[in-house]
Amino acid sequence: MDVLNALVAFLNFVFIPGLAYGAQLALGALGVTLVYSILRFSNFAHGDTMAFGAMCTILMTWWFQSIGISFGPLPTALLALPFGIAATAAFVLATDRVVYRFYRRQKASPTIVVIVSLGVMFVMNGVIRFIIGVDEQNFSDGARFVLNPQDFKVMTGLAEPLAIKTTQAVTVVTAVIVVAFLFWFLQKTRTGKSMRAFSDNEDLALLSGINPDRVVAVTWIIAAGIATIAGVLYGLDKSFKPFTYFQLLLPIFAAAIVGGLGSPIGAIAGGFVIAFSEVMVTNAWKKIVNYLVPEHMATDSLLQLLSTDYKFAVSFTILIIVLLFMPTGLFKGKSL
Amino acid sequence: MNQRSLILFALVACLYLGTGFLQSWNLSLSILNAALLATIAALGVNMQWGYAGLFSVGTMGFTALGGLAVVLVSAKPNVENWQAGGWGIVLALVLGALSVMAAIFAWRKLPKGRTRALVVAAIMVGGFFLFRAVFDPNVMAAEAINPQFAGNLGGLGLPSLVAWPVGGLLAAAVAWGVGKTALGLRSDYLAIATLGIAEITVSVIKNEDWLARGVKNIIDLPRPWPVPYEVELQQVPAFLDLVGRWGLDPVTTSTIGVKLLYAGMFGLVLAAIIWAFERALHSPWGRMMRAIRDNEVSAAAMGKDVTGRHLQVFVLGSAVIGFAGAMMTSMDGQLTPGTYNPLRFTFLVWVMVIVGGSGNNWGTVLGGLLIGWLWLVVENVGPNIMGLLTAPLPDSWLKAHLLGSAEHMRLLTMGVILLLVMRFSPRGLIPEK
Amino acid sequence: MIVVEDLHRHFGGFRAVDGASLTIKTGSITGLIGPNGAGKTTLFNVIAGRLPPTSGRVLMDGEDISGLPPHVLFHKGLLRTFQIAHEFGSMTVRENLMMVPPDQAGERIWNSWFARSRVAAEEKRIRQKADEVLDFLTISHLADQKASMISGGQKKLLELGRTMMVDAKIVFLDEVGAGVNRTLLNTIGDAIIRLNKERGYTFCVIEHDMDFIARLCDPVIVMAEGRVLAEGTADEVKNNERVIEAYLGTGLKNKVKEAASHG
Repeated sequence: MDVLNALVAFLNFVFIPGLAYGAQLALGALGVTLVYSILRFSNFAHGDTMAFGAMCTILMTWWFQSIGISFGPLPTALLALPFGIAATAAFVLATDRVVYRFYRRQKASPTIVVIVSLGVMFVMNGVIRFIIGVDEQNFSDGARFVLNPQDFKVMTGLAEPLAIKTTQAVTVVTAVIVVAFLFWFLQKTRTGKSMRAFSDNEDLALLSGINPDRVVAVTWIIAAGIATIAGVLYGLDKSFKPFTYFQLLLPIFAAAIVGGLGSPIGAIAGGFVIAFSEVMVTNAWKKIVNYLVPEHMATDSLLQLLSTDYKFAVSFTILIIVLLFMPTGLFKGKSL
Repeated sequence: MNQRSLILFALVACLYLGTGFLQSWNLSLSILNAALLATIAALGVNMQWGYAGLFSVGTMGFTALGGLAVVLVSAKPNVENWQAGGWGIVLALVLGALSVMAAIFAWRKLPKGRTRALVVAAIMVGGFFLFRAVFDPNVMAAEAINPQFAGNLGGLGLPSLVAWPVGGLLAAAVAWGVGKTALGLRSDYLAIATLGIAEITVSVIKNEDWLARGVKNIIDLPRPWPVPYEVELQQVPAFLDLVGRWGLDPVTTSTIGVKLLYAGMFGLVLAAIIWAFERALHSPWGRMMRAIRDNEVSAAAMGKDVTGRHLQVFVLGSAVIGFAGAMMTSMDGQLTPGTYNPLRFTFLVWVMVIVGGSGNNWGTVLGGLLIGWLWLVVENVGPNIMGLLTAPLPDSWLKAHLLGSAEHMRLLTMGVILLLVMRFSPRGLIPEK
Repeated sequence: MIVVEDLHRHFGGFRAVDGASLTIKTGSITGLIGPNGAGKTTLFNVIAGRLPPTSGRVLMDGEDISGLPPHVLFHKGLLRTFQIAHEFGSMTVRENLMMVPPDQAGERIWNSWFARSRVAAEEKRIRQKADEVLDFLTISHLADQKASMISGGQKKLLELGRTMMVDAKIVFLDEVGAGVNRTLLNTIGDAIIRLNKERGYTFCVIEHDMDFIARLCDPVIVMAEGRVLAEGTADEVKNNERVIEAYLGTGLKNKVKEAASHG
C-alpha cells in the first residue's frame, strides 16, 4: 500500500495529460460550436484551420529562432502566436468572402454548406502540405519542465516522479485565459451581445439593427483565433503533423456534440469529458494499482482497457451514447 | 441520355484514349480500373446522398471492410494459428456479441429508472471484461505462431469472387448498426458517426494482427476467376501463338490483357448496378424516395416510414461501397491498411458524385471516370508542370521545395474543383431530371 | 372517435397547449376555431404525431395513440393536411397522389427488379384511382403538371385529394381555406361534405372563415390560450360571450376592467 505514490502516478499519467489534452479539445470544440451557432453549419474544415494556424505560427517561430529571438523559459511559439492568428484570420475571412458568403446570401441548406466546407478542407489541406509538407515538425523550445521529475523525487523522497511539462502548463494557462476572455467578450461587450442575439434569433437580431456582416466577420476572426491557439498548443504538447489535425475532427466534434452543439460551456465540458475518458481508458493502470494493492496481489498485466491505437473508439463510443440517450447533449445546445 | 451527356462521355473517353496513345496503354488501363472501382463506390454514395439526402462520410470504412472480406474469404487458412487461438477468438467475439444483446434486452425489458441504467452498465462492463479475458490470451497465442509470414488466422480459402458479395454484406451489417443509432437525428450527426466508424474500422484492421496481419500487410491474395497471372499467361502456347501472329510483345500484351479483363469485369458489375438502380428509381420505390427527399414531414404524414427508408438506402449504398472495396483488394491482390486515407477513399468519392451530378447515376459515372482520371494524372503530370514552371528559377532550396511538394497539388485541385462546381453548377455536369 | 384528455404541450416556458380536453365524434365534421396563438395547430401536430405531448393522452376508438409517429397513425386511418401546403414539388400532381396508398408492392425495392409485372398491374390500379380522385376534385387538367407549379388553392385541393387515396377514418384539415379564393373554397367545402356523407370520413377542420365553418361544421370547438373554451353549434359559439371576449383579446378586456376599477 502506497497511496502517495499511487496518487502521484495518477497525477502524472492521467490527470495532468488529461487536463492538457482536455484544454486543447475544449478550445477546438469552442471554435466548432461558435461557427455552428452563428453560421449554422458544422465546419469540417476546422481541423485544418487549426493545422493552418499552427503552421503559420511555426513558420514565424522558426524565423524568430533563426534571428535569435526567444521567450526565455517559455516556448517562442507564444511570441509568434499573434502573427499566426492574424494570418489565419485573414485566410479564413478571405474564404468567407470567396466561398461561404454566397451560400449565406442564398440561404442554402446547412448540409450544402457542410459539403462546401469539405471543399475548403481540401484546399487548406493542400496548401498546408504544399508549404510545410506532411512530415512531423517540432517547434517546441524553452524550458522542458516546470516541475522536473528528478527534482520532485529529491524534494519529496517518493519513488514515483511527477513531471509537469512547460507545454502542459502553458496549455492550461492559455486555455483559461482564452475561455475567460471569450466569456467576457460574449457577456459584456456590445459585439458579443449582438452575437448572442444573432445566434438566438437571426430575424429578430436583424430587425433590431444588428449588422450581420460584422457579426459573421467577428465570429470568423474569433474562430480562427481559437483554432490557431488550439492548434499551436496541441502541436507544442504532442507534435505538429498535418494529418493528425484532420483526425482531431472526431474528438473535437464529439466534444462539441457531447456538450451540446452551440453551447460554449458544453464545448468546454465536452472537451474534458472526451479527453479524460480517452486517457483513462487507454492508460495502463498496472503501476497505480500495484501501489495500492498488497504486494502478493500485484499484477503483471498492463490493466489497459484499450490500446492507445483505439483512442478514437473512446470518443466515438461516448458520442454514440450521448446521441442515443440525450441527443441535445449535456448542456442543451443550439444557442450561445 | 441526351446529346450533351453523350458529348461529355465522349470527351472523357478521349482522356483515356489520349493517355493510352500519348503515354501508355498500361497506365491508361490502370487509371481506368481504379476509376471504375471508385465510380462503383460513388454510385453507392450517390444512392445515399442523391436519392435520400443522407450525408455519410464513412466511405473509407466501408471500402476497407470490403477489403477485409477478401482476406477472410479468399486467403489461405493458417491452420496452426487457428488451432492456437482461433476458436478462442471466435468464442470471445460471440461472448461480446451476447453481452451486447443481453444489455439491449435488459434495456427493453426493465422499467425505466436508475436500476435499469445500472443493470445495463453492469452487463456491458462485465461483458467487456469477460470478452477481454477470453480474447487476449487467444490473440497472443494465435499471433505468436509464425509471425514473420502469417500470425493471422487466415481466410477460408474460397475463390476471390465469393468475397465480393461478402464484402458488400459486411459493409451492410456495419452500416445497419451505424444507421440504427445515428439516423433520425440531425443530419450532421450521421456525418460525424460515419466519420468515426470509418476511422475505427481502419484502425481495427491496422492493429488486429490476428485478423489480417495489420500493417504487416497480406500480399498473396489469389486473383478472382477468370483472371490469369501474367507470368502464367506468357507460358501458354495459344497466347504466344496469337501474340506472335500479330507481332506484339508478349510481356506488354499479357499485362494489358489482364487489365482489360479486369476492366471488363468491373464494367459488368457497374452496368448491373446501374441497371438495378435505374429500375428502382423508376419504380414506386423511387417515387417514394423522391417524396421523402422532397418533404420528409409530408411523406411521414402520408404513411411512409422515413427513418426506416433512410436506413434501407444507407445500408444498400454502403453495401455497394463494400462490394467495390472488395473488388479493389481482389485486384490489388493485397490488403495494405496503411493506404486507407479518408481524403482518397471518402472525400474524393464525394467530389466524383457532386461533379458528376448528384441524384443522377449517369452523372456519377461521368464524374467518377473524369475525377478518377484527373486524380491519377495530376499525380503524374503535376510534377512535370511544376518542373516547367520552376525551370527559370535558379537551383535553390525554394525550387527543390516546390518540386517536392508538387504531388500535393492534387488535393488543392480537387478542393478547387469541388468549390467551383458547388458554386457555379451545383447540380453537376449531368443534372438530375 | 378521437378523445383528447388533458393534453399539454410546452415549448420551454411557453404552454402552447395547456390542458386541452375534447372529443371528435365519429361521422362528424368538427370545426376547431380560435384566435391566433390559441394552440390549434400545435394540438393538430400532437394528435397527428408530429410532436410528442408533454403530458396527457390522445385516444382513438379507445386506444392510446399519444406519441405514435405520423406514419403509424396513417396506417390507423388518421390523416392530416398542412396549414402551408406540403406538396412533393419535384413530382407531378398525379404522382403526388399515387405515392399515397400504403404497402404498395412496388415500394419494395426487390419487386422493382424481380416482380415487374405485378408492380405494373398495381400501378395501373393506383393510377386509375388517382385519376378518379383528380376528377372528383375537378383538377384532372393538372394531372401532369409539376406540383410545385400549381396555385396555392390547387395545392390545398391536392392535399385533400391525397387523403382520398386511402380509406381514412379521420382527417385533420389545417386551414384548408388559407389563401384560397372563394370559388375554390366552395369546391373544397363540397368535397368535404361529399366525403363525409358518401365515404363516412370524420373531419376536424381548423378554419378562420366563419361562413365556411358555419356551412360545414357541427359541432364547433373554440380554443383559446391552449384550452377548450366552448363547444356547440356555429350559432351558439358565435353568440357565446366568452368566445367574443377571447377574440377581442382578454388583455384588452382586463385593461378595460382595471381602468374601470381604478377610475
